[in-house]
Amino acid sequence: MKHILTSLAFFVLLIVAWDLFTRFADVSPVMFPSPLNVGQYLWQSVQDGSLFSTTFVTMKRLLIGYAIGLAFGVPLGLFSARFPVVHDTVGQLALGLQTLPSVCWVPLALGWFGQTELAMLFVVVMGTLWSVVIATENGVKTMPPIYLRAARTMGSTGLHSWLKVILPASLPYLVGGMKQGWAFAWRSLMAAEIFVTILTGFGLGQLLHYGRELLAMDQVVAVMLVIMAIGLLADRILFSPWENFLHRRWGTGALR
Amino acid sequence: MSLEQELINVAPESIEVTSVSKSFVGARGRTLALDNVSLSVAEGEFVCLVGPSGCGKSTLLNIIAGLEKPDTGTVLASGKPIVEPGRDRMVMFQEHALFPWLDVIGNVLFGLKLKPGLSNAERLEVAKYYLDLVGLSKFQHANIHELSGGMKQRVALARALAPNPRVLLMDEPFAALDALTREQLYGDIQRIWEARRKTIIFVTHNVREAACLGDRVILFSPNPGRIRNEFKIELDRPRDINSVNLANYSSQITAALKGFINREAAE
Repeated sequence: MKHILTSLAFFVLLIVAWDLFTRFADVSPVMFPSPLNVGQYLWQSVQDGSLFSTTFVTMKRLLIGYAIGLAFGVPLGLFSARFPVVHDTVGQLALGLQTLPSVCWVPLALGWFGQTELAMLFVVVMGTLWSVVIATENGVKTMPPIYLRAARTMGSTGLHSWLKVILPASLPYLVGGMKQGWAFAWRSLMAAEIFVTILTGFGLGQLLHYGRELLAMDQVVAVMLVIMAIGLLADRILFSPWENFLHRRWGTGALR
Repeated sequence: MSLEQELINVAPESIEVTSVSKSFVGARGRTLALDNVSLSVAEGEFVCLVGPSGCGKSTLLNIIAGLEKPDTGTVLASGKPIVEPGRDRMVMFQEHALFPWLDVIGNVLFGLKLKPGLSNAERLEVAKYYLDLVGLSKFQHANIHELSGGMKQRVALARALAPNPRVLLMDEPFAALDALTREQLYGDIQRIWEARRKTIIFVTHNVREAACLGDRVILFSPNPGRIRNEFKIELDRPRDINSVNLANYSSQITAALKGFINREAAE
């Protein structure tokens, strides 16, 4: 409770300071919108539905791309840890591509797929895939081999040991990799949306872009706040349950 | 299969090791971990394998478990060759090897879930029975990291007992524990051995521990791993690790152990 109050007081103070600044400093109200202007834009965009429709478009791209990235990344990581052939090929490729900021895929994606949803999807998948592959592989490789030996004596072989031993044993690394994949995908999607107009759907990034074109900085700031809120929410919904499970079972992390 | 039938003691198995050799290729070339080792363990016998590190006693245990294959020689369990790990021979490791992603009861259930012919409710009952046997029924939903070292080994023991194996293979299970906890576990393991009728092969480098637990103590020497000597411990059970009679046995065994170590150092 005390933590929440401290945070709350800080943000109220921040908004008050922001408001005072726009009132008394000699700045253009267009370039430096007041909290009230931003709030007004948010309220209006909620009422006319534009905020929800753009958020929906962005989230759909992100979630589909992320799901594809996971669906391929986890098995590829497992195979890469298990089979030297896969490690020497796909594993090395993943290592290289992971160092590439995923927004660098945007020009290529546009060239290949044009201004389509497919281009957006491609960028998100590339952002997710490689860090998930590497995290999964690391998780499997750092697993104490005694777990597998113990499981074998109890009759666990083949698919059972993959699903019931190797996968859960690599969970701490896997969740880390999934989080990193999410962060990469989210950032690269925003960059791509700001960068290019996709005619089939108008996303949050595009809202930012047109805010600048129309000199509507209240819109720009409001959308930035929404993007931040989505990031925080995703962390809570997607990753906190896993991290809490890890802390409880493995006994890692400090309890507050 | 009913719950009563599942909890009935199964007949313990005999183990017959004949002329087993095993070598490993390591950083310093080829080492002969086991050199023509033969050993027979009767049904329901408690045998301790003792020797300095590198004498191949753990390797022999892994071969009996089916986790490793001998280069030459045969290993039979009740007359049948051992080719892979099996539910009839469960292993307890020095590091408890419990799974951190499962709670205590989940760990005990792991092997049971792979055992056919039981309903899930029966499996849960069996798991609870063995947790009770090791005195941890209050901790079934605890996480592994919350347990002390001794409690972890008790859970590992319950997990190994749960599929009702005929042989229990123990690889220095108490080596990492403090002396007081170890003494408690010596009592427990003797009580459980008598209650559950298993053949037990127990690897240790602690001579006193071996004399306290074993019907027989088999002495190994390293480089290459060979069986050097064998002692029959004829003391009533349950045995107390601190008894004088036990001390007599353990000083005898220690003397023999020192004998061949010194001889080798002199050569």
